Amino acid sequence: MSISKPLKVSLLILFLTIISLYIVLPAKIGNFSIPRLNYQIGNLDFGKEIELKQGLDIKGGLQVILMADMKDIPDVDKASALEALKTNIGRRIDPLGVSESGLKTAVSGNDYRLIIELPGETDPQEALKRIGRIAKMEFALPQFTPGKTATDAAEFAGFISTDLTGDDLKSASVTFESQDRSPAVSLIFKDSGRDKFAKLTKENLGKPITILLDGVEISSPVVQSEIIDGQAQITGKFTTEEAKALSVQLNAGALPVPVSIISQKNIPATLGADSIQKSLTAGSIGLFMVIFFMIAYYGKMGFIASLGLILYGLYTLALYKLIPVVLSLPGIAGFLLSVGMAVDSNILVFERYQEEIRAGRDWRVALELAFGRAWDSIKDANTATIITGLILLNPLDWPFLNTSGSVKGFALTLILGIFISLFTGIIVTRNLLRLFFRERTSKNSELITNNSST
Amino acid sequence: MNWMKYLPLYFLISALVIIPGLYSLVRFGFKLSIEFTGGTRLTLVSTTSSSASIMESFKDYSPLLESAGDHSLTLKSKEISQEKVQNILDSLKTDNPEITLTEFETIGPALGQETIRKTINALVIASVLLLAYISFAFKQLKYGICAVLAMFHDTAVLLGSFSLLGHFLGVEIDLLFVTAVLTILSFSVHDTIVVYDRIRELSHKNKAVSYTSLVNQAVTETMARSLNNSLTIIFMLLALFLMGGETTKYFSLALLIGTITGTYSSTFTAAPLLIIWDKFSQRKNLR
Repeated sequence: MSISKPLKVSLLILFLTIISLYIVLPAKIGNFSIPRLNYQIGNLDFGKEIELKQGLDIKGGLQVILMADMKDIPDVDKASALEALKTNIGRRIDPLGVSESGLKTAVSGNDYRLIIELPGETDPQEALKRIGRIAKMEFALPQFTPGKTATDAAEFAGFISTDLTGDDLKSASVTFESQDRSPAVSLIFKDSGRDKFAKLTKENLGKPITILLDGVEISSPVVQSEIIDGQAQITGKFTTEEAKALSVQLNAGALPVPVSIISQKNIPATLGADSIQKSLTAGSIGLFMVIFFMIAYYGKMGFIASLGLILYGLYTLALYKLIPVVLSLPGIAGFLLSVGMAVDSNILVFERYQEEIRAGRDWRVALELAFGRAWDSIKDANTATIITGLILLNPLDWPFLNTSGSVKGFALTLILGIFISLFTGIIVTRNLLRLFFRERTSKNSELITNNSST
Repeated sequence: MNWMKYLPLYFLISALVIIPGLYSLVRFGFKLSIEFTGGTRLTLVSTTSSSASIMESFKDYSPLLESAGDHSLTLKSKEISQEKVQNILDSLKTDNPEITLTEFETIGPALGQETIRKTINALVIASVLLLAYISFAFKQLKYGICAVLAMFHDTAVLLGSFSLLGHFLGVEIDLLFVTAVLTILSFSVHDTIVVYDRIRELSHKNKAVSYTSLVNQAVTETMARSLNNSLTIIFMLLALFLMGGETTKYFSLALLIGTITGTYSSTFTAAPLLIIWDKFSQRKNLR
């Protein structure tokens, strides 16, 4: 109950504005470069310029939904077969794990699916070839040329294939060793593989056997003894996660899953660039019209609401970059729509204010009353929007609701829009009004000290 | 002003808008995009031979020409794989040496069915939740039911007008349209709640006044807010519809139609429905 509260809130707003400006503005404007902070939270490096993530429809690229044919896979293994497929295809499309490619599995009823997004992919056909290949696993013998001196390490000279392949492997699983409970991977070979494996281990006692998946080495255990019963264990300094990852890969070789394309979308990059330019032009014109309308209709109050609206845009963009929200074209439309809706709480309050003035109240009392009384409507009305927003967003990925990325993008921008607009429309505008808004009718112009409701 | 004097007129206006749309919906249905039906849409550029001859080479897949420029065309057909498209393009290369595939989208029929099912689920869940929420917030079932009825009114307008647009202009219903419909559900309710909220507030203040004049007063007091808020949204959507990209053009139009009907219905459907509900329940009480 003192003069300091609106000031405190104003300082908070100022602080948020500066932070948002720092995030939103490019690191360099013309010759002037903004000094960077040396600060990091998790993966967020504030020292670098944070980029706005663009969706596939803006950047261009390839989206494929694959259906895995699981008819030969026993029910219990289906989930792990899908995981193995994901790991496997992920390695093929992005061997170094550096691109922004997205891979997601989805189970819908009895359908096991893999959703693949490759932003910026310019040769979809080539990519499809890589993706659609069936996993091929083989056991090979690494060859070394001896080093020149005894201490020199032997030089790797290539693999020699053997007749043992993934077809001979029945399954792999994580086990824990009986002595020290350390994780290991156990292999069970089919009848066809048992003798081949026995022969291989007999001939290569004390040497490594390399397991290759699609030509890439996934493990090179050293043979400790001849194994005749077709049951082997790979031990080593595994963590449980590593052992699990290896068994998933081995199963991918043992249980290769054929895939078929059920949906595909190639988007040329030029299309998105053109659309985004148009949307931004449309957005600026729309914003200008909203501001013009607010000032024309509500005068000084409208001007302050427009300041709140500009801050709304600024905070929203900053959050998009921080979270990050992948911006798609429907997402941009959602953002622009939310700009139109953001002034709603202002309009509710201003209309209320004019009613209170008409009822003969002093403008300062009217202002405080207007904010208090409009809050009920604002709260009830926005809850309804959040309910539908959540249904569109489907945050728990319920299989009976939509899971499409573009719809989710739109919903997320809509929900964020509501929360930020409540902040700018109520708290920010209220403080700006308290600080700068004066009616001529008032005789003295001291700051409002009555904060009965904030 | 006594707005509630002209109740039949408001329902007549609604009927005049809704009935042609519903007729079209029953008679012609929607023009569904491949997201719902399954199929393939592709764009070819640098074509030199006539679009008819290019269409001919796709004849095994029952192609439909969607649009054609001087050296490009977009067609829609049954599901084809990109490999098969490439084979067809190779055979066209003698007459069209530069022909290239730019946009390509293919969706299996099963996925389309699933999308339809999920869409219906979302609409049903949204309606039930909103009904429950409003009934709870206003502590009376009649508010919930009347608000949801007004919401259905807006949905009917939107669905009807897109059925007409589909029949006469070939506008398609896609996943974005569904998003627009759900957004309009929430906008419709949002606007209605502001009116109902005022009714609730006034009913606490003056208990002696009749329900009709109470509603009338609430409508009068919220009219300016409702119009002004809708105007700001309409400014944005109009700009987006007229100047925004092709991808979101009909999405903006759907939102625009929804915003206009949503604004109309909160004052001229949702509020009058309350009065009618009130009259019916009073009649029952008299017996």
